[in-house]
Amino acid sequence: MAALIDMKLVSKWYGDLHVLKECTASVTKGEVVVICGPSGSGKSTLIKCLNGLEQIQKGTIIVDGIDLGSPKTDLPALRSRIGMVFQHFELFPHLDVLANLTLAQTKVLRRAKAEAEERAMTLLKRVGLEAKARSYPAQLSGGQQQRVAIARALAMDPVAVLFDEPTSALDPEMISEVLDVMVALAREGTTMVAVTHEMGFARQVADRVIFMDGGEIVEDAPSGGFFEQPQSERARAFLSKILAHTAG
Amino acid sequence: MVDFDFGVIIRSAGYLFYEGMAFTLFLTFFAGTLGFALGILLAVLRSSSYRPVRWLAATYVNTIRSLPLVLVIFWFFFLVPFVTQWVVGSPRPVAVGAVWSALITFTLFEAAYFCEIIRSGINGIPRGQIEASSALGFRPVQRFLLIILPQAVRNMTPVILTQLIILFQDTSLVYVVSLTDFLGAAGKIGQRDGRLVEMYLFSAAVYFVICYAASILVRRLSERNTISLARVGS
Repeated sequence: MAALIDMKLVSKWYGDLHVLKECTASVTKGEVVVICGPSGSGKSTLIKCLNGLEQIQKGTIIVDGIDLGSPKTDLPALRSRIGMVFQHFELFPHLDVLANLTLAQTKVLRRAKAEAEERAMTLLKRVGLEAKARSYPAQLSGGQQQRVAIARALAMDPVAVLFDEPTSALDPEMISEVLDVMVALAREGTTMVAVTHEMGFARQVADRVIFMDGGEIVEDAPSGGFFEQPQSERARAFLSKILAHTAG
Repeated sequence: MVDFDFGVIIRSAGYLFYEGMAFTLFLTFFAGTLGFALGILLAVLRSSSYRPVRWLAATYVNTIRSLPLVLVIFWFFFLVPFVTQWVVGSPRPVAVGAVWSALITFTLFEAAYFCEIIRSGINGIPRGQIEASSALGFRPVQRFLLIILPQAVRNMTPVILTQLIILFQDTSLVYVVSLTDFLGAAGKIGQRDGRLVEMYLFSAAVYFVICYAASILVRRLSERNTISLARVGS
């Protein structure tokens, strides 16, 4: 099957700092891929390269048949088809929840207002927040904001959704409400790439786990295999640290 | 105690308010609005990716902000006729009138200050907001107009209103080009009737009431802003 996201030998530098080293990986339609690794391993940078929020210096990234590095690529148009969920939610604080969900639909996809609102309400219902349509982001808890952010990404009917540490900024009691939404999405066949430390989520729904360290993709394995028999010493060390406190 | 005659205020109220205050408000409103719009444009130019554009905008803003307003009013009053002559290709300097000259001067002067206010507002928007709007497919112009500018203006509203209060007070400087604002009108009546003390006391009271009320409003607004921002940050 042709890959929906395909990156080959991707390298990136911040000045002299080599943050991504010849990363090669691909994601097919319907796949759920979790990227994990110690902090500073380049995983957030890598996921931001997938929709061109970060530029790469070497290698190629092809998303849905479109080469991100080509000067002819209409990057905003491509981005509108890739959803992204951020660590700090990044809802627009000057707009209410409904407007957060409809603005890009009407201005980028040129949907009619009524259609955009209907789509928004359907998605709010799905994340259990239809009652909050007229609230402002500042009036919501972190978990609620992140669920709205997920709905906002889905409102664009993306071909894939990227999650950049979606639960890292949440208080512990709010993590599961966000993970529940993500699990449901995964089970419905949404193509997902998620940078996360939630190994429970990875075990439960990920098809593959990509383990990064020092800017390199060290392992890229089916999730079962990764957790049962990590191939590299670095992955074993990482897993023993991260799983030490999460029984099961 | 000297015999004060505050009746002069009542007798001249029509002139004071319908002519003097009307002009003060006219100048504050239009120079404020136009200066604000021009300030946004300058702020955009100052963050342009073309170095010459950036440099020109920065030079303009820094120059204006380094000069006393009275000096700028004088300069423009004498320069504007020549600039207009050059622009329209007239054989001799064009008399544009003190009102237009004052409006142009105040607009251009305020624009420099608004530019810096808007710019600091824009710089205060977290990088994540830019990333999030890019990720949704907004183009740079949409991103600026729909996401960044509204937030920058909202966050800077107290500072913008404070600048308008300063403008309201500064309009009294138009006396140097023989225009009559509220303070000028009060001064004229005071001199004509020999009641300068009464008139200046009265105008001080009027300025105080208006500006103090406005500053209370600004404080309320900024408290509300701080609360909502604090909650976003948590």
